Amino acid sequence: MSWYTLVGALEQGFVFGLMSLGVYLTFRVLDFPDLSVDGTLPLGAAVCAATIVAGGSPFTGMGLAFVAGVGAGAFTGLISTKLRIMNLLAGILTMIALYSVNIRIMGAPNLSLLNRPTVFDGLQGLSMPSHVVPLVVAVMLVGLMKVMADLFLHTRFGLAVRAAGDNPRMVTAQGMNTHHAIIIGVGLSNGLVAVAGACLAQSQGSADVGMGVGTIIAGLASVIIGETFIGDRSVFMATLGVIVGSVIYRLVIAAALSFRVGGLSLTASDLNLITAMLVLAALAFPTVRQRLRSRAIH
Amino acid sequence: MTRRIKYHVLLACVVFGFASLTASQAKEPVKIGITQIVEHPALDATRKGFIDDLEENGFGKTDGVHIEYKNAQNNRAVSGQIARTLVGDKVSLVLAISTPSAQDMAAVTKEIPILFAAVTDPVAARLVKSLDAPGGNISGTMDRSPVSRQLELLQEIVPGAKRIGTVFNSGEVNSVASVAEIKAEAAKRGLTVVDAPVTATTGVKMAAESLVGKVDVIHISTDNTVVAALESVVKVCQDKKIPLFAADTDSVARGALAALAVDYYKLGRQTGAMARKVLGGSVKIAELSVEFQKEMELHLNPGQAAKMGVTLSEAVLKRGSKIIK
Repeated sequence: MSWYTLVGALEQGFVFGLMSLGVYLTFRVLDFPDLSVDGTLPLGAAVCAATIVAGGSPFTGMGLAFVAGVGAGAFTGLISTKLRIMNLLAGILTMIALYSVNIRIMGAPNLSLLNRPTVFDGLQGLSMPSHVVPLVVAVMLVGLMKVMADLFLHTRFGLAVRAAGDNPRMVTAQGMNTHHAIIIGVGLSNGLVAVAGACLAQSQGSADVGMGVGTIIAGLASVIIGETFIGDRSVFMATLGVIVGSVIYRLVIAAALSFRVGGLSLTASDLNLITAMLVLAALAFPTVRQRLRSRAIH
Repeated sequence: MTRRIKYHVLLACVVFGFASLTASQAKEPVKIGITQIVEHPALDATRKGFIDDLEENGFGKTDGVHIEYKNAQNNRAVSGQIARTLVGDKVSLVLAISTPSAQDMAAVTKEIPILFAAVTDPVAARLVKSLDAPGGNISGTMDRSPVSRQLELLQEIVPGAKRIGTVFNSGEVNSVASVAEIKAEAAKRGLTVVDAPVTATTGVKMAAESLVGKVDVIHISTDNTVVAALESVVKVCQDKKIPLFAADTDSVARGALAALAVDYYKLGRQTGAMARKVLGGSVKIAELSVEFQKEMELHLNPGQAAKMGVTLSEAVLKRGSKIIK
């Protein structure tokens, strides 16, 4: 793995860390497996790209992407709570609907951002190589969002959101409404995912309606890898773990892309297999650990 | 015990990383990177043509040329990582097969020469400013279908056709462009177009059925989704005796009656010739204009034509570069 590849993988790890933070909010905090993210990642990319192409500032684009993501996520939460549609299905419905919406927003399935202004322009020309700039921006952005998420989860409403995931009956018994927690929680989660999409479109040079493929898998993998390596003793550690998990996930893909021993080299056609193996290993880790622990006692 | 496992896993990751670090530092004289978005017959043929052309003309493995081929398995994030990996590997030239692969590559390097192939509209994809003078570090070959000539052939084989049906994936940028072009060309010829959009292979049969009674012929562009489920369109066309035309040659063996199309293998070879010019140092990539396919392929399937209620004339059969028996 070269230095350049490493920087690229770190950058993607942090950008997808934003997305994974969103997945953590739904999947772990709210206990709401939300599949809308496969649609809201390209939604964020589409909104941001359309804004930039229309002559708007990239920062406005990112802001609008967040708003659009929150809207789409809130829609999932709304139909799941108010219309009592099963959460998995609610997410799938939003995801497939967004496919058409995203094409509408862009006016085409693919919108190129090559040679257009991006949020990375502001830092170009400072005393660092141009390919490090997106990494720095990604780290700052994900760091900011992590702190905001931590603070949010410690507010009164944030505690209600966590309780809604842990023990909805208790929340209801306390006279609070779990619906609001779910709608706003899923909304914020997808807002983060959309911002990740916006960031990605700018660093990759285009927004594409197909760029959401595999988002939920990467998100879940990052959450689980994070829990395995960092743990989830506190909100602070859990959100940190999610970001670290995302970085590890991308590093492994990068390593797999560069890995070669003699004539044997892992090609990209083995990638999905490697990804699945990695996730499996992370998923199985707690079970294996427990087995070994119980054996040590006996 | 558990902590030890955790450290072992971490250690393994580190070793894995370093192993690949040292592995990629081995000395190699000329490295060519290839990035491709997904495994697909047309894209694979392009790659094969490219490699064959290089090998036959003094840029083979024995000549010290090393080819790094990476495929993103239809995942844009991975495609972006591949682009960065190739830049990090300091390749001398990159072949980017498909529009998204080319965009991802162009986003990360302004220095390494990039040749794209199988891109339908490089200007709309903002890869180049103009076809004649791309400038910068990027040029390549286009796979735009000869729509005007395809409709001419269609009218020659089915003279009474007035309404053309087409099934396409509204999410594929190439298909959307193709359908728009078909509509424009059809209008010039006094034909009307009825389109049936799909989003997945499973919807193709229903979309084809929705065209029955509304169209005289069906023309399928180089749409990845629809071509993947071509058999379902063939079945509908046979049942209802609707002549089916395709825009890629493989589809003729699978049941379309004719296709006038870009030959992707030859397109790959053409791109290979451009690569040799750049690698040989005779031309700078900025000076290479974007190339079209020079010779088109015409594949015909008389058996299928009969099943769909048309006969192919001797004049048409004589022009065919391949006749499926």
